[in-house]
Amino acid sequence: MTAHANSAAEPYTIVIGLEVHVQLQTKTKLFCGCSTTFGSPPNTQVCPTCLGLPGSLPVMNRQAFDLALRAALALDCQIARFTKWDRKNYFYPDLPKGYQISQYDLPFSHSGQLEVVDPKGAFSRRVRITRVHLEEDAGKSMHDEAAGTADTRIDLNRAGTPLCEIVSEPDLRSPQEARAWLNELKLLLVYLGVSDCNMQEGSLRVDANVNLHIPRGDGTVAKTPIVEIKNMNSFRSVERALIYEAARQFEEWQATGAELGSAPKQTRGWDDPAGVTRGQRAKEESSDYRYFPEPDLVPVTVSEEQLAAVRGEMGEPPTVLRQALADRWTITPYDADVLVNQGRDLVAYFEELATLAKDGKVASNWMQQDVLRTLNERGGTIGEFPVRPAAVADILGRIALGDFDTSRGREIFAAVLESGKTVADVVASLGIAAVDDAELESLCRELIAANPKIVADVQGGKEQAAAGLIGQAKKKNPNVNPGKVRAMCLTLIKQLG
Amino acid sequence: MQPLALSAVDLVAAVQQGELSAVACAEAFFDRIAAVDGRINAFLAVNREAAVAQAAAIDARRKAGKPLGPLAGLPVAVKDALCTADLPTTCASKMLEGFRPPYDADVVARLRRADAVIVGKTNMDEFAMGGSNENSAFGAVHNPWDLTRAPGGSSGGSAACVAADMAPVAIGSDTGGSIRQPAGLCGITGFKPTYGRISRRGLVAFASSLDQIGPMARSAADCALLMETIAGHDPGDATSLAEPVPTYTSLLNEPLQGLRIGRVAEHFGAGLDPEVAAGVEAAFETLKAAGATIHDVELPHAKYGIPTYYLIAPCEASSNLARYDGAHYGHRAEPGKGHRAETGKGYRAETGRGGGGAGEYVGGFDSPLVEMYCRSRAEGFGPEVKRRVMLGTYALSAGYYDAFYAKALRVRRLIQRDYLEAFTKVDLIAGPVSPTPAFKLGEKTGDPLAMYLVDMYTVGTNLAGIGGISFPCGFTAGGLPIGFQLQGPALAESLLLRAAHGYQQLTDWHTRRPALPA
Repeated sequence: MTAHANSAAEPYTIVIGLEVHVQLQTKTKLFCGCSTTFGSPPNTQVCPTCLGLPGSLPVMNRQAFDLALRAALALDCQIARFTKWDRKNYFYPDLPKGYQISQYDLPFSHSGQLEVVDPKGAFSRRVRITRVHLEEDAGKSMHDEAAGTADTRIDLNRAGTPLCEIVSEPDLRSPQEARAWLNELKLLLVYLGVSDCNMQEGSLRVDANVNLHIPRGDGTVAKTPIVEIKNMNSFRSVERALIYEAARQFEEWQATGAELGSAPKQTRGWDDPAGVTRGQRAKEESSDYRYFPEPDLVPVTVSEEQLAAVRGEMGEPPTVLRQALADRWTITPYDADVLVNQGRDLVAYFEELATLAKDGKVASNWMQQDVLRTLNERGGTIGEFPVRPAAVADILGRIALGDFDTSRGREIFAAVLESGKTVADVVASLGIAAVDDAELESLCRELIAANPKIVADVQGGKEQAAAGLIGQAKKKNPNVNPGKVRAMCLTLIKQLG
Repeated sequence: MQPLALSAVDLVAAVQQGELSAVACAEAFFDRIAAVDGRINAFLAVNREAAVAQAAAIDARRKAGKPLGPLAGLPVAVKDALCTADLPTTCASKMLEGFRPPYDADVVARLRRADAVIVGKTNMDEFAMGGSNENSAFGAVHNPWDLTRAPGGSSGGSAACVAADMAPVAIGSDTGGSIRQPAGLCGITGFKPTYGRISRRGLVAFASSLDQIGPMARSAADCALLMETIAGHDPGDATSLAEPVPTYTSLLNEPLQGLRIGRVAEHFGAGLDPEVAAGVEAAFETLKAAGATIHDVELPHAKYGIPTYYLIAPCEASSNLARYDGAHYGHRAEPGKGHRAETGKGYRAETGRGGGGAGEYVGGFDSPLVEMYCRSRAEGFGPEVKRRVMLGTYALSAGYYDAFYAKALRVRRLIQRDYLEAFTKVDLIAGPVSPTPAFKLGEKTGDPLAMYLVDMYTVGTNLAGIGGISFPCGFTAGGLPIGFQLQGPALAESLLLRAAHGYQQLTDWHTRRPALPA
C-alpha cells in the first residue's frame, strides 16, 4: 500500500520501523532481588549485583522471563526453546558493570506480528515483529546543566530493571500509523499486565527508523538514507518527529540526491519544543559492543508446559475483546474500540453496567457521554469513580420505566456524583415523582388557555411552536415528561378544532 | 602442643576437645606470620585483633558446652580475590587498593559459619593474572623453599603461607592452574574442584567460565576437610551445581587397588625439566606398587590448550574488568584539565536509552569522562592486566570474534571431548603439574609467552570444567619441590582426594617443610 506515493504533496512512501523498550512490571529486578519501584530516593534500591561490585553475580528472575514470554506470545512471536544471555560491552557511568546483560544472536522470541486497524477505516496495517528480547536497564544519569559537561550524578535504582526490546520490521507507512500502532502495542502490554508503559517514568521508550522511497519517472525508486530518531517522549512526539523527518529527508534528497548506502546510518534527536530533529554529535568511532555469551548465567530452556502456563494466565487481548464486546452487547465496532482503548477496568465497568441495565447500546452511550466525559474532567481512574455501575443502571431503569427523561437522568447522575447519595435519595430530595395522566392533562389545559398565540400558531401548521408550552410546563412542574407534554398539548389543540 | 605442627584435621579436633584453645591456635599462627612474612610477603592484610576475638568467642562457646562448627578454631588464609566484609579486598591491584566490599563471599561466609578463623588476605598476581605472583601491585611473594624464587601463581600468597606454616590451610582460586601450580612449586597440596562445585559468588571474577575456588593445605586430608564446608550449591551463583556434597573425609581411606590411571605421552615432551620428569615417573611407580594400573591415554587437542586458554580467559577478563572505570569505586585519576568541579543549580535527567549504548555525554577521546576512564585504568592496572584486557578486547572485536573467540570455544569443546573420551578408559589422569620447579624471581618477567607456558599442564582442567589436584612427589637436587597432578572427571572430587590421600599415606614428601627459622 503506497497511500502517499505520487500524491502532489508527498510524492514518496514513508518507510518506518520502530524499536520499543518496555520495562516489565515485576516487583524485583531481572538479575537480583532489588525492588523496581519508581521514584524512590536515588541509590536506595541497589545491592552488590546491580551496583556491579566486584565478585557479584546475576541470577535470572524467572517471573520476569515469564512476563516477557507473555508479551512475545501476545505479539504472535515464535518462542525459542533454548535461549541465552550475552554481554553488550560499553563504558558509561550509569552502566556499572561496563556491560549490559542482553540477548544477541539467540533472542527468546522472534517473527511475530501486531495489527493496527483504524476504527474509522483510514488504514489497517499488519506490522511484523522482527524479535523480542529481554535485557537489563541501565541506571540514570543526571547532568548538571550549569557546570556543563563536568558534573554528573548517577542513580542506579533503575539499573537491572527488566527491559523488553520489541523490534518491528519497517512495515509502517505513515506517522499516523506509527502512532496508532504504538497505541495498540501499549494497550496490549497494559492489558496483559506486562508493563505500565508509562512514558513519563521511562517505562516505555521508542526509537524510530525512517527513510523515504521516492519513485522516479523511469520506474525506479530512490531510497533515502535511514535515520534513527531518538529522544521522543510521547506518541504525539513520535508522530510529529516522523512528519518533520520525512519532509526534511525529502528536502535533503532534492538538494543532495543522497541515497541509502552512500552514507552511514545517522542518529538524530527530536527537539520537542523546537519541533525539529537534530543530528546528534557523531561518535569518533562506530560502536563495537563486543557481544559474547554471558558466562555468569546458564542458558534458559522453555518447555511446552511452561508456555501453556503462560498462555493460561494471559487473559483476552484487546483485539479479541473488541470483537467480543461488539458481539455480546450489539454495539458498533467503533464503540467497542472506544471502550476497549480505555483499558480493562473500564471495560469491566461497562460490562457490569450493560448486564444490570440489560441494554448494551444504552450502556455504551452512557459510558461514552456521561461516565467517560465526567471521568476525563475529574481525573482519576475508573476504579475510583464514585458512581458505580449499579447506580447508573438504577437511573437507566427509571428512564426506561418513564419515571423521568434522559436529561433529568443526567441531572440525577450529576447529583449522585456530587452528593454521594443513592439514586433513590436523590430522586426523593429533588421531589421527582411520576406525573399521572390526569395531572398532566389539567396542566396542559391550563397552558393552552393561557397561550392563545401558540395555540393559533400550532393550528396554523407550526407544530414546533408547541415547544414554548413544554418550557412553561417544566417550570410549573419539573417532573413532567417533555415528550408527554408535547403529545398531550397537540392532542388537546386538535380537539379545539 | 605446637599448633604449627598439627594438621588441620588435628587442630580442629584439639580445639573441639578442649586440648587447644582457639586463641592459642590463632596466636601461634599470627606469631609465625609476624616472624617470617617479612621475608615471604604472603599476606596483604592480617586480621589479628578480630581473629583473636573470634577465637575467644569460640573458646567461650566451647566452655559453655555449646556445639562448635566443623572447622572450629581453624585458621584460614584467604586469597585476596575473595570478598571479605571486614578486610580490604584488593586483588593485589592498585585499582582496588583499600576497597572494602559490603559483603562476604559465599565461601568466606561458609567458613565463618563453620567457626573457621580468617587470619588474613593473601597476596596474588593482580586480578589472578599470572603464574609467578610477580604481578602483584604490592610486591612479589617469595618461595619459602628458596627466597630468590617465585612461589608460582596466581595463588602464590596462599601457597607460600601454608608452606611456611603461617596458616594450616588457605583458600585459592584456579582459572588456569592458579591453585595447582603454586601448590606444586611450594610443596603443598592444592585442589581445584569441578567447575560449579564451589560458589563463585564473591570471588572477584577473572574469567567467569574458568574460575573455581579451592582449598590449599599440607595434605589431601586437610583439603577434604575444607571441602566439606566450602563446597555446595549456592542459589546466588547460577553456575553453581546442585549436587549433594559427600563427606569427603570419610571416603579417603578406600584402597588404590584397581584404580586405572591414565598417562598422557604429550605431558612428557619438550619443555619438561628432567628432574621433574624423574619425580613424576617415580610417583607413577608408587601408585603402581599400591595396586593402581597405568594406561596410556591421548588428549589429542591438549596442545591447543594454551592458545585456547589465552583467548577465552582474556576475552572474559576484558569484560569482567570493565567495571573498574573509576566512576563508582576503586582508583580514580585526579581530575584533568577538562574537569570543572563546581556544581550548578539543577540536574537534568538524561533521556533513558533504549537498547543501551553510551549516552549523550560520552563525547570524544578528549572528553573529561573518557579522559577519566583512560587515566584511571592506565594508573590502576598493572602491565599484565592491561596486556590481557587488550588481548581480550581485540579478540572480541567485530571482524575478529569468529577467528579468535568463536574458534577458541570450538577448540574448548574438543578438549572437553578428549577428556570425556579418556575417562571412559581410565579413572584419573596423572602427570606433572608444571614443567619446571620454582623459577627465579624475575626470570620470566620479560617474556610473557614463556610465563604463559607454566600453565601448559593445568589449563586443560579448567577448559574442560573438571577437577584436578596437585601435591609434592619429590624434590630436586637443589631442594625444590616437584609437583604431581591428578585430573578426574566432573564431580570426581572424592576419587581425586582419595587417590592423593592414598599416595600421601605411602610417601612423606608432603610432610617436609622448608627451613625458615623464625
